[in-house]
Parts: sequence; structure tokens; C-alpha cells
Amino acid sequence: MPSQPLSITSAGAALRSGETTSVELLAAVMSRAEMTESELHCYLNLDREGAMSAARRADRELDRGEDRGPLHGIPVAVKDNMCTRGLETTCSSKILAGYRPPYDATAVARLREAGAVIVGKTNLDEFAMGSSTENSAYGPTRNPWDTGRVPGGSSGGSAAAVAAGSAIAALGSDTGGSIRQPASLCGVVGLKPTYGLVSRYGLVAFASSLDQIGPLTRTVRDAALLLSAVAGHDPADATSYAGQTPDFAGSLDRGVDGLRLGVVKELGGEGYQPEVSEATEMMLEKLAARGAEVTEVSLPLFDVALSAYYLIAPAECSANLARFDGMRYGLSVKGSTASDTMSDTRAEGFGPEVIRRILLGTYALSAGYFDAFYGQAQKVRSLLLDEFSEAYEKVDVLVSPTSPTTAFRLGERTQDPLAMYMSDICTIPSNLSGHPAISVPIGLDSEGLPIGFQVMAPALGERLMMAVAAEVERLAGFDALPPPALAPPPGVPL
Amino acid sequence: MKWEPVIGIEVHVELDTDSKMFCGCRVSFGDPPNTHVCPVCLALPGSLPVPNRKAIQEIIRLGLALNCRINPDSVFHRKNYYYADLPKNYQISQFDVPVCVDGWLDVESDETRFRVGIERVHMEEDTGKSVHVGEGGRIHSAAETLVDFNRAGTPLVEIVSRPDLKSAADARTYAQELRAVVVETGVSDARMERGSIRFDANVSIRPEGSPRLGVKVEIKNMNSFRSLEKAIRSEIGRQTALVTAGERVVMETRHWDEEAEVTHGMRTKEGSSDYRYFTEPDLAPMAFDSSWVEEARSLLPELPALRRDRYRGMGVRPAAARVLASSDPRLRSLFEEAVESGADPVAAGNWVTGEVTASLRRREASVGELPLRGDQIAALTRMVSEGRVSAGAAREVLEGVMDGEGSPSEVATRRNLLQLSDRTALEEVVEEVMAANPEAVERYRSGEGKVRGYLMGQVMRATSGRADPRAVNEILSARL
Ligand SMILES: [Zn+2]
Repeated sequence: MPSQPLSITSAGAALRSGETTSVELLAAVMSRAEMTESELHCYLNLDREGAMSAARRADRELDRGEDRGPLHGIPVAVKDNMCTRGLETTCSSKILAGYRPPYDATAVARLREAGAVIVGKTNLDEFAMGSSTENSAYGPTRNPWDTGRVPGGSSGGSAAAVAAGSAIAALGSDTGGSIRQPASLCGVVGLKPTYGLVSRYGLVAFASSLDQIGPLTRTVRDAALLLSAVAGHDPADATSYAGQTPDFAGSLDRGVDGLRLGVVKELGGEGYQPEVSEATEMMLEKLAARGAEVTEVSLPLFDVALSAYYLIAPAECSANLARFDGMRYGLSVKGSTASDTMSDTRAEGFGPEVIRRILLGTYALSAGYFDAFYGQAQKVRSLLLDEFSEAYEKVDVLVSPTSPTTAFRLGERTQDPLAMYMSDICTIPSNLSGHPAISVPIGLDSEGLPIGFQVMAPALGERLMMAVAAEVERLAGFDALPPPALAPPPGVPL
Repeated sequence: MKWEPVIGIEVHVELDTDSKMFCGCRVSFGDPPNTHVCPVCLALPGSLPVPNRKAIQEIIRLGLALNCRINPDSVFHRKNYYYADLPKNYQISQFDVPVCVDGWLDVESDETRFRVGIERVHMEEDTGKSVHVGEGGRIHSAAETLVDFNRAGTPLVEIVSRPDLKSAADARTYAQELRAVVVETGVSDARMERGSIRFDANVSIRPEGSPRLGVKVEIKNMNSFRSLEKAIRSEIGRQTALVTAGERVVMETRHWDEEAEVTHGMRTKEGSSDYRYFTEPDLAPMAFDSSWVEEARSLLPELPALRRDRYRGMGVRPAAARVLASSDPRLRSLFEEAVESGADPVAAGNWVTGEVTASLRRREASVGELPLRGDQIAALTRMVSEGRVSAGAAREVLEGVMDGEGSPSEVATRRNLLQLSDRTALEEVVEEVMAANPEAVERYRSGEGKVRGYLMGQVMRATSGRADPRAVNEILSARL
């Protein structure tokens, strides 16, 4: 039995050497969940039966010599905004309480196809709108490193589950940083792929032009493996990338020698926790020592990206969430007319942050305001893309902290939406540009909370991005640091 | 002050594709409710649209037939509004970059010929259907409303004319011509009674000769060309009465009440509706290759306006040419085959648009069941022009042929319809009639001219109407 926290890679090796079985891996994950859930609340729904039968099947197949690849038999958690056939999918909203989709999201179907065992559905900010998982209608998730603090969001349940060992890996979704920011706050790896690389079919839409599914894992290699399992063209998603998907794990050992790293000038300084800045600085020195050419790059539009995002994302969400009207599925508060039923259902079913964003988006799209708000934001978006392209002529990847601060306290920012929105200042530009970005843990602050480091790359630049991320991971030696209070202590057999 | 109407027509056409616009469900009509639905057309959470390539090809064909320019990069937009039969509560439609723009259609009736500008032809999806159950079955008296989503997501093309129409009659003529083009291109069966083609009208009035447009009212719910014309006429009347009485026309949507023959104002909305259009992020812009568009253009069928001119060039009477050019393809080929078999185009055109069509109607038969060939029409017209049958008898010959009694000459012989023009035989009959009516002959000879008609009638009676009237007249003149 391995004594270190399990990764996809180590669990896979143990499975194939006969040291363990998928059923045992699942049992270990489930027992971690039993120990931690009452305090962390990573999951909205643990699918004990479904997971057990998937694990048994995975074992039978391996016994017969049928190997579906790296994910075979591995317990994986799925954010509850991805449809799972017959398994409740709520997006942490009351409006979808009890809703069981008749189909699997493409990413989920591909996980199953790859032999993964789906443990359950993880908590999130309602409809992925938030940065702390406090906007869940079913209660917040807590950070395994300090249960008085948030895990980040919106994929807080997935990040905390991986950190706590109640899943070996997880899928999240990232619209403005919802994978990377919680990964950073929970000390795990989180990757947002190039827009279109992973099918959005079955991902309940928040902001269609920004949403992207991606992995939350313990290691960069695991992120590459999980991404490989779910990426690839899907005819059911018209925005899906039609070309060949690269071999993501192919250049993890390449190192950074000769690579040009651009430090984004706008992402740092005032408003950043000094320890975050120092850790970033230190990592840059180490990378330079390994042969990377580190320069500072200025992308002035990063300063207005947040404003553009908070027009575009709510605008799209105002239309995407219009379908929740009590007519066909989910909550239905019957009124005397169809119109009353719709408005009563929505008033009762949506939480305050969702309502805030729907209102914001509706306003931004309204006649007379369109040009000043939504139209202007789209212009910023296309100029930002130009700025990125210019930067990538000078450097191979861009780097920055993932989040200006480490995990904040529960309730600390709930009364101040703008402070909450600032949590995503470093992550939002990559969503607007559709480019890939990854967060890797690089250390702990003085309170023992994880600090994340972000690597950004041009479209389809995942290979190079992961080569850098893997070097960052090696230099940080994060796995040698003391584990979170609510993670598996070393030596406990998994 | 004299007022003149300004009319524009918006037409919705359901395309005849196998599958829906953004999912694989079958396009159907009349099937049990909610049997052709899936996560996409029910707008289940997480589902995404994928455009129907065939539908895009069809709208381009239609746009080319309407002389439109095809936008090389066309974009889908979301049109946001809440309605129970609209599953996503937004409709995927088009806004500022429709597939086809700036076309025109040449239209003509007995009285006029004119050109109507086509502003745009754009692609969208249809809604579901609300079914009101219980009580009266009407929206106000219904106990409950159910929604059938079979129609939701059916490819829908909207054709918006410029406000070029000047009368209710012109609007009807335009609508009929447009339907003929739609049918010709084969993109839709365009059946009004099924709602696969639907006409809405925008009506406003202004002082005669004024360049400014008045406040426009949209009228809906017309289910035939006749009701389209009536509704527009009624609306023009209503608006004229309003302004004459010093009141103002309000911008609104009005419903045509077929029974009462008036329009009713629908739910009044404060201000104009704001659909908050924005680019559909789930769909990439469409890019059309110009060579591909040119190929589509070259594959267009002959359209009614061109065919009309061709028929007229052959000598067909203008009215018959117009009817024929827009008629069912099987009727047209009957005409064309008749001409190929030697029929005079004028006569063949009259026969096909007149007696043949009337007979089909009497038989309540469809054109598909037409028991007639072009060479038979040719033979029939020849018999008439050669004087072998009278015009009246020829109709009976046609009936016989359509009843399957054989060729026109066989029918004429068997039914004893051949004209008697043999002089000696006719002279004999005249002799007999004069012998039998000495009094009448006497009266005629003493100057009572009208008696001649009586004698003529007696001759026709004696020959069961087959006597060639010209020959009888000549004989009578000689004998009397
Ligand atoms: Zn469907």
C-alpha cells in the first residue's frame, strides 16, 4: 500500500501491479469522504451504488486484461454542473433540486469510457457563479487546510475533495477562474484548457463563450492524463475544436531551458498579499536558474478585463438561465398564469448572486445600453486578444500568481461582491481570450495556506504550458510540505 | 385629405428538411404530442445546438430565387423573450447579418405588374405549439394550456419585404407569387392550412404622396390569401377612420378575427418590445464560399416569373400564362407535352388552366391523379380547330377521356359527339323540318324574321345538337 496521497499515476501503477483494486481505491476514497464530509461538504451527492458497480466492472475488465488506459478504475469526482445520466444534477441551485438528467455530458461519458469511477457530484457556487462556493443553495464547502476558510470557487467542492483525498481527481469548470482559483486556494493543480478543447455538451451553461471543463488533480501529470481522457472533438458542440488533440503529457520532462517566460506586470503589486508576491518572485528566480529567460511584459488591458467580464458573462447567463422557468423540469411554483409560474419559480429558485447577475446581464443587453455596455465589453475582449497575441510574439508563456490572496475566511467577502469579484483578477483574461492556463501550488503562507502559481499559454499551447507547470511543480516540492489538516496523513493506507 | 396605405409582408416558411434546425429530431406534422423531442429541442440543461447544414443550403437557394445577395459571413443571434412554448425562452434567430439580403420579386396580376423589394431572408427556429384544453378551447376560456414541442426547433425562414405594397390586393398577389417561388424551389410544401407558410402584414397609412411612413401596425393570424387581403383592407379602413376622426394610430400587434372580419388588439406592451439580441455564443459564424453559392444559383429551377415570360413568348394568353406558370408542375408538363405533340399553345393553355383544372375540381381529384396525357390534349384541340366537334361537345369529350373511355376521337364517336357538317345529310334534315312546319315557313316568308331561330332550333334538335350551325344557316338561307 502506498503511503503518500494517491495520484492517478500512483493509483494506476498500484492497480496494474495488483497491489490494490478499483473497489479498494473507491473504498478508501469513500472512507475519506465519511471522515471529512461532515466538516468539508465537498459533495452534494455521493453515488455509492453507481460508483461501486463501476469499480467492480473496472476490476473485472482488468482481470480479463482489458485496460482502458490511465483513468481505468480511478475514482473521480464531477462538479455538479455536468449532467450525469439518472444522477441528480442541481448546479447547487434550488431550481434544479431533484433533477435527474436523461443523458451524460460528453466529458462525463468520456470519463466512463476511459474506465473512471464517478464518485459523486461536488459542490459549487450556484450555477458556477462565485469565487468561494458560499453561493451554494446547499451550504458552503470548507477548505481542508483551514475549515474556517473558503476553498475558493466555483469548483470549490472538486478542489477540496482532491485536496482532502475524497477523490483522486476531479472535473471542474472554469468561466472566469473557477478551476484555477480554488485549485490555488486548496493547494492542488487546476487546468483550464483552450476554449473548445473539451466539449461543453452537458455542462449546464453559465457563460457559453467562456465556460470550459478541465481537471483538478494532485499533480501536473495527472492533469494531463485527465485532460487527455475528456478532450477531443464532439459533433454535439458546435464550438468544439475539430483538430487533433495534442499529447498533453508528452513534454512534461522538457524543463524550461531556453523558454521565454513573461511576467505580467499588471498582475501583482498593490492589493496582492505580500507572501503571494514573494513566493511568485522566488519561483521565478528558480525558473531562471533552470535556464528560463524571465522578462516583464505589460498587458494594460488586464486592468479592464474584469469589467468586460462582468458584462459579458452576466449577459450570456441572463439568456442561458432563461430556460429555468418551471415549465418542463426542476422547481415549479404554480401561479395562476404561465407567466406567474415562470416568475414565481425563478424568484424562489434562484439565489441572490444568480439574480444579481441575471439583472446585470439583462440590463447590459437592453436597448439603449447595449452599445455602452455589452458592445463595449466585446470590443475590449477583441483588443485584449490582440494584446495577448503581441505578448506571445515576445514570450512563450505568461506567468502570474493565480489569486491575489490565499484562502479567505468564510463570510469575509459575501457582503462585498466587488471584493469577491477581485478574487478572479488574475484568471479572467484567459477566459476572455479562450487561452489555456494552469495553476500549480508552490508553497504555503505564514498561516499554512497554499499559494498558487499561474502559467498561461496561447491557444492550444497546453504542451508547453504543462512543461513549465511540471518544472514549477518539481521546483516547489509542494508534496513534501505538511499536508492539510483534513487530508490523509502520510502512512495511512489508502 | 386622402390617405394611402403602406404595406410590408413578413412571411414565415417551415423548411421541409428531414430533421430539425439544431438537433436530430424528425420534422413532423400531426404526430402524437411530444414524440419528436430530445434534450436540445426541449432545452434541457446543458444541451447545445448544432446547425442543420441542409437547412442552410435551402435558405440560400430560396434567397437566390428571390434575387438576394448572400452574406459571406452570417451570424446567429439570440432573440430573448419569455413564452411557455419557447423552450429556451430565447429563439435562435438572426439580427444584423442575415443569410440573404437586398432581393426583389416581380409580381403581376390582371391589373398590374410591380416589383417588391425583399429586405432580408433569415434563418431561425420555430416554437412549440400551445394547446388550450377544457371549456371552449380558446385561450381565454381554456382551463389549462398544454405545450406540444414536436414543432419546436423546426427550421423556419423569415422573408421580410420592403414596405413596397400599396393595396390589400397587391399584398395578396405578392403573397401568392412568393408562395409559388417557395414551392418551386422545393424548400417547403408551403401549406397555409398546416401553418407551414404564415403571412403577417405591417400596415400603416400616410397622406397621399407623403414620403414619411406612418405608425405601423402588425396584423397576424390570417390563414388564407383571402383573409390576408381582407384583414389588410379592414386594417386600412380602421386606421383611416381613426385619423379621419382626429385620433392617432398606436404601434401594436393586432389579431385578425376571421369570423367577425375585424382585427383585435393583442396584449398591449408598454413601448416596443426589447428582444435584447446578442450573438449566439453556442454557434460559430457561418462562412459561405462564393463558388459554392454560384453553384447553388446555377442549380435553381426555372422560376414562375421567367416561365410566365416564356409561355407568353409561345403565344399563351397573359392571364393563362400567369396561372399556368405558378401552377402545379404536373399541370405544366401536361401543357408542355400538349404543345410538343402539336397543340396550339393558346388553345392548350386555355384547356389546361380552364376545363382540365375545373374538371379536376369537380372530381375532387388531385393533380397527382390526373388521368390525362399531353398528346390527348393536342388531339382534342385539333378536333375543335378542324370543326369536328363543337366547343361544347369538346368538354364532354374531355370528360370521357378523363373517365378512361379512350382517345378523344374514340370518345367523340362512341358518345356520338362528332359534328354533322355533311351538306347533303344536313339538306335532308332541313327539308324534313320545313315540311313538318309549313306554318312557320309561311310566317318567315311573310317577313317574321325571328321565326328563323325557331327553325334553326328544330334542326339542332333533330340532330341532337351535332349539326354544324354555320352550314345549317347557309342551307336555311338558300331554302327560305
Ligand atoms: Zn430535438
